Order: sequence, then structure tokens, then C-alpha cells
Amino acid sequence: MKKTIEGKAYVLGNDVDTDQIIPAEHLVYSLTDPEEKKNYGKFALSGVPQEAAGLPDGNHAFVDEGKFESEYTILIGGKNFGCGSSREHAPACLKIAGIQAVVAESFARIFYRNSVDGGFFIPFESKVRMTDDIKTGDTLLIDLGAETLTNKTSGKSFSLKSLGEVIDIIEAGNIFEYARKTGLIAK
Amino acid sequence: MAMTVTEKILAAHAGKESVVPGDNIWVDVDVLMTHDVCGPGTIGIFKEQFGQNAKVWDREKVVIIPDHYVFTKDKHANRNIDILREFVKEQDLPYYYDVGTDNYKGVCHIALAQEGHNRPGEILFGTDSHTCTSGAFGMFSTGIGNTDAAFILGTGKLWVKVPETMRFEFTGTFPPYIMAKDILLQVIGDIGVDGATYRTMEWAGDAVYRFSMEERMTLCNMAIEAGGKNAVIEADEVTLEYLKGRTDKPHTIHHSDPDANYYYKKTYNADEMVPIVAKPHSPDNKAAVTECTDVKLDRSYIGSCTGGKLTDFIAAAKLLKGKKVAIDTFIVPATREVEQDLYKTKMDGESLADIFKNAGALLGEPSCAACLGGPKDTFGRANSTEVVISTTNRNFPGRMGSKQSQVYLSSPYTAAASALTGHITDPREFLNN
Repeated sequence: MKKTIEGKAYVLGNDVDTDQIIPAEHLVYSLTDPEEKKNYGKFALSGVPQEAAGLPDGNHAFVDEGKFESEYTILIGGKNFGCGSSREHAPACLKIAGIQAVVAESFARIFYRNSVDGGFFIPFESKVRMTDDIKTGDTLLIDLGAETLTNKTSGKSFSLKSLGEVIDIIEAGNIFEYARKTGLIAK
Repeated sequence: MAMTVTEKILAAHAGKESVVPGDNIWVDVDVLMTHDVCGPGTIGIFKEQFGQNAKVWDREKVVIIPDHYVFTKDKHANRNIDILREFVKEQDLPYYYDVGTDNYKGVCHIALAQEGHNRPGEILFGTDSHTCTSGAFGMFSTGIGNTDAAFILGTGKLWVKVPETMRFEFTGTFPPYIMAKDILLQVIGDIGVDGATYRTMEWAGDAVYRFSMEERMTLCNMAIEAGGKNAVIEADEVTLEYLKGRTDKPHTIHHSDPDANYYYKKTYNADEMVPIVAKPHSPDNKAAVTECTDVKLDRSYIGSCTGGKLTDFIAAAKLLKGKKVAIDTFIVPATREVEQDLYKTKMDGESLADIFKNAGALLGEPSCAACLGGPKDTFGRANSTEVVISTTNRNFPGRMGSKQSQVYLSSPYTAAASALTGHITDPREFLNN
């Protein structure tokens, strides 16, 4: 597991639901075919209303027209990030678009679980609200050991909550590797 | 040790005497359900992790119900159903309800109940967040992603964090114009869209126990809209009556102990409930119908796992009988069984289907249809700036298609009353006549 994650921030608000993360009409592409799967990157976060797309100003495309990956690699969210559907296409599309970490005030249960069990990226919970202090495009540094997120653009630091009991699955890579390590399924 | 019904089911499936909230346990799974949207991804991960020739852990315990993108020309969606067919053939799975055959059912959560896959005391996981619907049968059921589903396919097990339980009790009697959907929107509005995150919503009280199984399913269906892990109603005589002729598999009825620990308890007086809507764009954006009567509508939509069961259509038909709708009105039965019942069930000699057609409503084929937008050619999909009143479960931006559309969630009574006037209307205006 990496010790630090550095990248550009893309900031969203509260209750970002899975229909905003990946609208239902796009759930038809294969998640295994390498070429077809790229479409998930292309349409990641395409359901977010314009005014909320990349706060504080909005109107920032997460993925530029014609591209399959985003220039932003760290997502910042408010409360209840990933609410709604159990579609694993939601964390998958963010990973395919290049997201390495999602840091939110709180997560909806299934999205959080899918992110961890599928090994897409680490879902961090912040101790305080960050969406007022981080702007889309700011450079962020997450230090996993210190459990902090630093906004290198503004200099401000935030404490992250400990990953707790899911750390073992995160360190193993996903639920399958964790089960192999602990002898629940054959290696 | 005193436990809630959910804790008892989880303990029994983990081989433990007791569990407490926060425990991480591995449970044995009784049923895994998947559908056309998440099945192909699940199958892909299963093969990648367990091998191209791997067999599922128990073919009798896997249920596959295509229901989301069924009546569409979308080539990817149709290819996904072919992937399901191939897997079912290869694994020789007995419970597959294929599109284009007499065995096609429709929306998975209702089909699970009608085909006898919901049994008290069991654990059911499904690759759909509304899998919590099955909790109406006194069982533990919740939605999972493709990875967890693939893990179950290979092992028959999954890790679960034991949830805390919130208990919602209704004493007294619901007024005749109140449906389970009103209760649900009231409670979600009270606790918020993350009010039950990671927790169980346990529904109880005499007023709840007087609900039919279909109304109980509606109550459990939207636990996820409050962030809940599962919903549950203790099984009773009403449950057993529904199960007759649908399953003869053994089951276990669990009851919450009177001294069980609850994270939260609230008692409501059923007699005081009023018709409720959730305004755009969140299921907890609650308002009494009487506060929204100036909202002009373009469309009324009655369907889905939440609001497309026979009970829902009987309610709608009571209002629409002998009248004409003022706006586009879409009727989408959840399953084939519900659809057949629309033709068999009569009011004063007129079938529900005829009541709807004569009122000028449009009848669609059973499936999830426009509840979640879906491919562009989906029946009832909002493709522009429509203002919709809908018996479905979510009104997130763009949920029913276009990001510019607006969705008000309501009971079938309210959706039917509003269809007749073209603006949000209290069903009492018609029911009292």
C-alpha cells in the first residue's frame, strides 16, 4: 500500500448519489472488456448537475470532452457520499477515470463497502467538513501514516479518521486477497 | 442474551449464540440474487477469481432475474442478457427467469416474493440496493456490489458488520387514504437520507401488522433511501398465508426480545398520518400533499418495486375508474403476475387494465422501466424537462432520465389523484366522494 497519495482535487457537495456518479443509461458497458470499459471513465460523474460539478464554482468538467481519464485524482465530498444504488459501476468508473482516493465527511454504506471489497481506491472519512476549504484544482497530499490530508495550495491540513477494521482488506488489496491471506479461500 | 430479530438471524447464520452491533462476522448465505445490470460484472469477477471452469457454491441458492433493461434495442443491454443465459446454461441453474419466455417475471424484488424465494429467518443478498424489500418476510436481506456477489458465488459466505437497530412503531389505525408509501416518506423525511446509515430499520406496531405483504414490502423497500442496511418486519400469520403455495421450504420465525437493545425507538400515532410527497431532488425532502397543490405536473408514473404491485394498482384504479387523466399517465406492473392480475381483478365488472385504458393511461410491460431512467427508448423515461409525480423510490437529479426533469415521489393514491387534475392533489378529494 502506498504511503502517500498526491493529486489535484475535484470537489463535490453532500449526498452525491450513484445516479450522479454514473447515470443508469451507461450501466450497459462491459466491466471486463478493456476497450469497452473505458466508457465508464468517459461518463464518470456525468450526472452531476452543472452548478455542482467541481465546487465552489461548478461548471468544471470532471473528464474533458473526448477523454477517458480525468486530470483530477482525489475526490472531495460532503456527507453521505455514494448514496443510492448498489451498482459497483460507481466506484469502478471513478477508478477507471483515474481517481486514487475519495475523502468525504461520511459515506453511504454500500458504496463504501464496494470501494473497499473491490479494492478500487481508499475511501477516507474526514473529521471535519472540508468542502469549504478545498477548491477544485487545489493540490492535495494524503499521508496514510499520519492520517492527514494537506491542501498544498492553501497550506491547510485536515485530520482523517482511522480506517479501522477495514484496513486489513485494504492492505490485502481486496476481499479475495484478504480471504486468501486468512485461509478462508484457497490460494 | 436479548437480541433483535436481525441480530438473531445474523447470529444463527454465523454459528454463534449471540452477536452485538459492531461485530464483524462471516455469515452463510441462503440466497444470492442478481440481475442483468450487475450479473455480467459479477460473473466476470467470479471467473477471474475462481477460474474459468469454477462452479457456483450451490446452484439451488442462486436466483437470476433480468428486469432492468429488458425491452430496449440497446445492443449492450441485450448482450448482457446473453451473458446471463450462457452462465445459467453452463452452471445449470434452476432459478433463471428469462426474457422472451413464459418464465419471464419482471422486477426482481417482487418476483423473489412471488416465486417463493423470500423465507422468514433466511439471509438473502442481492446486487441491487432495494434488496432490503425482502425484509418484509422477517428475513435479513441487503444490497451488495459485484465483488461481494462474486465472492458469495464462489464461497457461499460474506462478512457482515452487525448493524444497530432503529425501531419505528405505529399504534392505532391508518386512515383509509394512507398507504405504506406515505409512512415511509414521513419517516425518511424525519430521519434524513443518512438517518439510518449502516443500521436496521425495524417496523412494528399493530398498524403495521395489519398491512398486507405487498404494503409491508413497500415499507421495507426504501430503507436504503435512509441509508439503512436492511429493513425488517417480524413474520406472522399474514406472512405464512402469503407463503402458501409459493414455497414449502422450512423456515424460522424470529421475534425481537422485549429487552433487546435499540439505537433508536420512535412511536407514531397511525391515526395522525397524512398523504406525503418527497419533493425534488431528494427522498427526504418531505412535504404534506396539501402544501404542494400548486405544483403543475406533466406526467404521472405508477410502477416499480416500490409502487407497481397489485395493491398499488387497486388503489390507483379506485380513483381513475370512470374518469379521464389530465396528463400522460404511465402504468408499469412490477411483474407478469401483477400484469395478469390487472386483467383478472375487477371493480364493478371492469378489469383494472380496462379502467386504466379507459381513463387514457398507457400500460407498459413489467420491468424496472423508467424508475431509473435507463436506455433512451425506455417506456416512460423523462427525456426533457418533465415534472413527474411517481410511485417509485428515488428522485435524485436525472434519476428518471433527463437531468432537467423533476420528480415528486408519492403514494399510488396521490399519483392517481394528481393524474386526474394535472397538479399535485390530495387523494382525499376523490376518496371522500
